[in-house]
This record gives sequence, structure tokens and C-alpha cells, in this order.
Amino acid sequence: MDAVFYLAAVIAILATVMVITRLSAVHALLYLIVSLLSVAVVFYTLGAPFIAALEVIIYAGAIMVLFVFVVMMLNLGKNTIAMEHSWLNPTMWIGPCILAVILIAEVTYLLSQAGSAPQGAASVEPKQVGMALFGPYLIGVELASMLLLGAIVGAYHLARPKLERLETRYVIDSDGTRTAAGGNLIRSGTRRPSGEA
Amino acid sequence: MSIEVMLNASGLAFVVAGSRWAQPDGQVMFIFILATAAAEVSVGLALLLQLYHQYKSLDADAASLMRG
Repeated sequence: MDAVFYLAAVIAILATVMVITRLSAVHALLYLIVSLLSVAVVFYTLGAPFIAALEVIIYAGAIMVLFVFVVMMLNLGKNTIAMEHSWLNPTMWIGPCILAVILIAEVTYLLSQAGSAPQGAASVEPKQVGMALFGPYLIGVELASMLLLGAIVGAYHLARPKLERLETRYVIDSDGTRTAAGGNLIRSGTRRPSGEA
Repeated sequence: MSIEVMLNASGLAFVVAGSRWAQPDGQVMFIFILATAAAEVSVGLALLLQLYHQYKSLDADAASLMRG
């Protein structure tokens, strides 16, 4: 168990160093995912299996998917094809793959030893966490929900105004000339020309 | 991305401390850190998209001027 912990910790540090030294955002993302997974293994060996599962599901699942989506969206350019070819270079993905294979070996080893409690540190059960979360920390849970609500509204507001301005411009243009204004945004609206489907 | 790394490091410290003294408080704090990170990522990425739409670049120096 100790060896597994140290191996996962070394992988986490290596992957994190690679994250902050990569020049391409996509390569940094690959290493960041490996880093998060190795931190999850560290959590498991520390006796916090609930937090390990949360780390994999929320960090490596949700937040990283958000990052990958945005990075892929921002990279849409004319030379995208050439960039994709350079990204498929084996030297780029072989590093994260090696680290991830080591992590998979660790996890299978841990699963083969399931039943033996993690030693070294005291294990904290998910039940205790839940009791503390909805007992003394109830106000914190409420504050976190307010924070998430604010984040949703803020992200929506930040992403929205550009579209609205485009749409009003198209409306004005098409009202002036009575033609489709190129953007096609007005055609699907209520004020479309009568002969148009 | 670097903020993610830093938040993760602080969360790891909390969980280690919580398991050292066998208290669930550390893991509770980690859940809060997780919520904070999710909120921060959503707002930050929306800001990034707006920056890219306005300046066609991800250079933060391009947005160094305020209006007015």
C-alpha cells in the first residue's frame, strides 16, 4: 500500500510539472487528466474512497470535459488539419499513456487486494462525511449552492450578449432592405418574409 | 488550468490533514473546494470565449484597455 501511494504521488508530481511546462493547451490537458486520476489514487490509499470517487467523477469527468470542449472550440482555424496531424505525433501522447498505464496497474492491484483496509492513515467513512456535511456544515452547503447558482447565471450572462447584438443588427438590416441579411438569424424568427419557408 | 492544479493541491492538503486526525472535516472542505472549482471554471471559460470572440486571440495583453 505504501509503494502504491508513493508511486501515485510521483506520477502526480511528474504529470503536474508536465502540465505547467507544455506549450500546447491540449497536451497540458492530457497531463492534467492523468494528474487528477493519480491524485484520486492517492486519496484512495489515504483512506478516503468517497473523495477519490468524487475526484474522478467531477474533476476528471465534468470539469475536464468543459476544458476540452473550450480548448477544441477555440482552436478552430484554417490550419487546423495541420495542427491535428502534428498532435497525432506519437511523441505527444506517449507520455500521458505511459503514466496512465502505470495508474491502471496500480488500480488493478488495489482492486485485487480489496477487503484489506488501507493502513497508515485512519480511514474516514462516507457516512461520517455526510453526517458532518449536513450537520455542522449545513450553512456551507447552502453557500456552495448559492455560489453555483451565481456561477450559472454569470456564465450565461457572459456568453449571451454577443448573440443578442448580432440578432438585433440582422433585424435592422433586413427591415431596411427586405432581404435576408446573410446571417440567417432572422429567417427563423417571427418576422420572416411571407414566401419563405 | 493552473488554478485547477492549485485548488487540487489545497484539497489534497485538507484531505491528508483530515485523515491524519481521523476527522471528516477535511473531506467536507474538499467538497467545498470542488464546488468552488466548478463555479470558477464555468465563469472563467465563458470569459475566455468572450475574449476570443472580441479579439480573435487568447493573449491577455490584448484586453489590457478598459472602456471609458
